[in-house]
Amino acid sequence: MLFTLAIRNIFRNKRRTLITIAAVAFAVFLASFMRSFQKGAWDNVIGTSVNSFYGYAQVHKQGYWEDKSLDNSMELTDMLKSIPTNTENIEDYAPRIESFALASMGNKTHGVIVVGIDPDKENTLTKLEEKITNGEYLQNGDFGALIAEGVSKKLGLALGDSLILISQGFRAANAAGKYPIRGIVKYGLPDLNKRMVFLNLPAAQDLYAAPNRVTGLAMKIEHQDLVPGILKDLKSKLPEADYEVMGYNEMLPELMQARQLDEGGSAIILGILYALITFAIFGTILMMTKERSYEFGVLTTIGLRRLQLFSIVWLETILVSFIGAIVGIILATPLVYYLHVNPLDMTAMGEEAVATYEKFGMEPVIPAAFEASVFIKQAFIIFIVTCILGLYPLWKIMKLHPVEAMRDV
Amino acid sequence: MAIIEINNIEKTYNPSKVPVHALRGVDLQIKKGEFTAIVGPSGSGKTTLLNIIGGLDSPTTGQIIINGQDISKLSDNNMIDFRKENIGFVFQAYNLIPVLTALENVEFIMVLQKKDKKARQERAKELLTAVGLADKLDKRPSELSGGQQQRVAVARALASKPAFILADEPTANLDSTSTAGLLDMMAKMNEEEGMTFVFSTHDQRVIDRARRVVTLVDGKIESDIYNG
Repeated sequence: MLFTLAIRNIFRNKRRTLITIAAVAFAVFLASFMRSFQKGAWDNVIGTSVNSFYGYAQVHKQGYWEDKSLDNSMELTDMLKSIPTNTENIEDYAPRIESFALASMGNKTHGVIVVGIDPDKENTLTKLEEKITNGEYLQNGDFGALIAEGVSKKLGLALGDSLILISQGFRAANAAGKYPIRGIVKYGLPDLNKRMVFLNLPAAQDLYAAPNRVTGLAMKIEHQDLVPGILKDLKSKLPEADYEVMGYNEMLPELMQARQLDEGGSAIILGILYALITFAIFGTILMMTKERSYEFGVLTTIGLRRLQLFSIVWLETILVSFIGAIVGIILATPLVYYLHVNPLDMTAMGEEAVATYEKFGMEPVIPAAFEASVFIKQAFIIFIVTCILGLYPLWKIMKLHPVEAMRDV
Repeated sequence: MAIIEINNIEKTYNPSKVPVHALRGVDLQIKKGEFTAIVGPSGSGKTTLLNIIGGLDSPTTGQIIINGQDISKLSDNNMIDFRKENIGFVFQAYNLIPVLTALENVEFIMVLQKKDKKARQERAKELLTAVGLADKLDKRPSELSGGQQQRVAVARALASKPAFILADEPTANLDSTSTAGLLDMMAKMNEEEGMTFVFSTHDQRVIDRARRVVTLVDGKIESDIYNG
């Protein structure tokens, strides 16, 4: 009957109940909406960076990331090749050998990053072929080169021209080669666009005198949420003394810091929102406690223990906030889903905004992340806040004096 | 043997500031089966005395023994349990739980006593029938008249099978017909079942029906008269 009493009390003052439900629902709706947009925007930024080059995870020889030298390259062993088949959620990998070189054309020189790739695997991971603006993609066995637009402009190179590369190879070997240009790729990220040169993996290994060696393996992973589990799995399989396993967050620390900064800012905004909603909900709890103090006095007089009374009142608060949280999720879900499927079009913000997006190789859109965890987390926070606010009646009930409560009409 | 035994009770409010002496050395014994009215002008201390008898307030000095137990030594939870098992309350403003039906209001105290559903429903129906509300079992308080609500309150007070019933101005909000009906019903329970009633009242109609009238003036018992 105590549960029945709590349920019926919820419907006793419909206006108060509706105000509380509306406050909780509004908070969950707004918080879910904001977080979905923020997460969607950052996932988009990270996804763009990761899919441009890095991949969500990489395996290197231990110490390579600190000292990116060919002397820290590793042999592409059968164990490394078997990673996709032995590790859950890794679809494939792209082997790379990467180093700096001086590119030359006529009397012009320019520092570039030369990356030896497996064209098919690389294309699966980074969709490199789609970035070609002129010419053709590399074929297996081809000893030609792909160069970024910035390199092409800097050195005045065009399709069919020869690119001269001079560098230092594995264990200080001389490295020099001449490669016909097969295609020109365009990167949104300026740093990549002015530096990148791609060769077939055997051609680059040959250039750097590093047969069967690679500097890293970039893993193809479906979604960033899978990364922590995969990293853990890989670290358990690969000897730590020999290999380093890195996630995108370690490889892109500046981006992660920018995200944290942005999320910190929005946490403050959400905190203000929570505070406002907290006051609104607390107001209704305060009113309810005051209005019902006479009733509380009567109930303790006739034999209801204080904790039993509190449990009824708290159950009412929990049920109301739970309903509010569910309503908030129900309201937010279709809107967030719509904006997930139809991202916010930033072209309306003007050409400058569009140019900025394009500069970084992103579409000028902000998609909303449609993830249950976002809704559940926000609903849980508001729910917990309400449950804590619901402790106020406990304090009043524990110090309630029945005679004074019944006198205080 | 007295159900209620009050020995030299004093009650002073605000003892350190402006002391208000609500009760000054009250001695009173009420035996089982009595139908007692505590009367007196406003401020005479009758509500304070009723609160102390009901364990809702504690005396500044003195002793109160209910059913052989000194209740001033009970902890808060034990006091609540003691009230639940030993004392039935009827309030001036009825104080039924608005979201429960008449039947559920009467059942409620038996839920707290952990009685099984069948037994408590049977007793609740029996009591509501006894107070003349057999056809109002499913009505909520808002659907009942004042007199009917007070009858439900009496049935609720009786539901826990208490040692006695304390009624604070039970007829103050009732018209003459309802008052007469309520008093008839309580008198009948007193006579037929030996239920002890203690009222605080200003109402002459209640005073006329009481078999014992204790008059308080300025916190002291001025007279204690048995009406046959």
